[in-house]
Amino acid sequence: MTPALTLQGATARLGGRTALDGVDLAVGAGELVALVGPNGAGKSSVLRALAGLLPLTAGVARLGDAAVGALAPRQRAARAAWLPQERRIAWNLPAVEVAALGAPFLAGPQALAAARRALAEVEADHLADRGVAEMSGGERARVLLARAFAADAAALLADEPVAGLDPDAQLLVLERLRARARAGQAVLVSLHDLTLAARCADRVVVLDQGRVAADGPPLQALAPPVLARVFGLSGRWIGTADGPLLSGTRYSEGSGAGVVSSGSPAETG
Amino acid sequence: MSPPSGRRLALWLALALALAGAAAVLVGESALTAGQYADALLRPDSGAGVVLWQVRSPRAVVAGLVGAALGLSGAVMQGLLRNPLADPGVLGVSALAAFAAAVAVVLGLAAVPGVVELAALAGAAAAGGLLVLFSARVRSPEALILFGVALSSFAGAATALIFNLSPSPIASAEVMGWLLGSVQNRSWIDAGWVLPAVLAAAALAAAAAPGLRMLSLGEETARASGLPMGRLRVLALLAAALATGAAVAVAGVIGFVGLAAPHLVRAAVRGDPGRLLAPSALAGALMLVVADVLARITPTDQELKLGVFTALVGAPLFALIAWRAAREWRL
Repeated sequence: MTPALTLQGATARLGGRTALDGVDLAVGAGELVALVGPNGAGKSSVLRALAGLLPLTAGVARLGDAAVGALAPRQRAARAAWLPQERRIAWNLPAVEVAALGAPFLAGPQALAAARRALAEVEADHLADRGVAEMSGGERARVLLARAFAADAAALLADEPVAGLDPDAQLLVLERLRARARAGQAVLVSLHDLTLAARCADRVVVLDQGRVAADGPPLQALAPPVLARVFGLSGRWIGTADGPLLSGTRYSEGSGAGVVSSGSPAETG
Repeated sequence: MSPPSGRRLALWLALALALAGAAAVLVGESALTAGQYADALLRPDSGAGVVLWQVRSPRAVVAGLVGAALGLSGAVMQGLLRNPLADPGVLGVSALAAFAAAVAVVLGLAAVPGVVELAALAGAAAAGGLLVLFSARVRSPEALILFGVALSSFAGAATALIFNLSPSPIASAEVMGWLLGSVQNRSWIDAGWVLPAVLAAAALAAAAAPGLRMLSLGEETARASGLPMGRLRVLALLAAALATGAAVAVAGVIGFVGLAAPHLVRAAVRGDPGRLLAPSALAGALMLVVADVLARITPTDQELKLGVFTALVGAPLFALIAWRAAREWRL
């Protein structure tokens, strides 16, 4: 079966430097793949290339069987929903109307119905009529997640969906993304927190300086040699009842033990 | 839900506008008796009839059209630039339109029909294009306002330079008076060409409305959601430039209506920049018709210029909105 999201030899430049350097990557239906890597490794660029926001200088980005560049904007949006890291909304629109913007191809009432369903899915139905400017950052993040869900696209591209959220909100967002993957969507999400990535993803793709450094099951892709080479961490994975936990220290400081997980407020990757 | 409240608001505004229009026709500097009013209604070519139907009516209609054009233009610009301080006056669109029109006048092209109007339109379009280019490269909303202020100052200085160098002081004085902003002595001929310009701008703005709503999420997200940004920019810019250019060509520079009108009705449409357009145009029309009546009945030796009047009311309002926006932007 054709993967929902494909990059083949994807190369792109961003402000004079190489953002992507021959990236190969595929995400199939029903799969949740986490993109990790240090700041500037190309996580956002991978997502933006697939969303049609970053033109490639070489290689190809595909949504299903069609190249991103060959699709009309509307078709592209129907194949891949986009969850931005930026959570600023210019006007004080009610949450339900923001969520309805995820389904612009539906008629008004259907779009609003889809929006209400999506808000319920992220436990934000009580916020439906509240203005987004009167919300906390966490509430607005859920409304924007609902907007991405309202599209019911084949694939979902989420750029740092848990950045700057409380731990419980981070878990809620990842839980819902997992549920979407189980329901058959192809979900590609960039994360800073390696422990969260290892716990929630079916597969982890490690990016380093615009290249794929590792791609495989979480603990394999994030094996100690990769942690050392890409992240400069001397770390190991500890099995716990809640899943794997990364214990590590900065590489240069030797082998003391310190937990480096727990959602660092992330920047654009 | 909000759509009915937005529509109800538009109905109320239209009703208020009709009342204000009636007042603008009935009230004026020359006090008429009941007999004269009756005369004017029965015989439009009587002295009173001419005052009502050939002087006050076209003036009120032009005031309404100019207000609608500015209210629409302000709403479109605020939506496109995602900035509550955007306004054709503040950002220099009116000033550049006025500069272009003044150039046409000084070059002696005023006698050729349509040239001054087209010059104003071209000036407005050029300013709009510069603003969009700037806002695509610099994201900060404060920086955009500063750029607009610079553009406005520059266009003002260039206009002053023209007067400075102009050989004919009489032409200069005339243009100067027009630049202050007024709808005095405007005729049905003026109303006749402003109306189609405003209607065309409204149609363009209506086509841009869904895109403006999507743009609330930011340009990148809107593009990823299937919005063709290039098309939206062209539609919105043309709408704003056409409306502002027409307003400036017929009435000179009238500031702050484009800023205040969207602001007055935004809460009623719950912030939606698409549904804001029609109420904002109506609110702008209402504001200018009322302002023109007030300017006419204010007992001064020289009649108050409409542009002076709106600036006196509008500038403090701008400061208030800026203060609120600054808190929102956490400056």
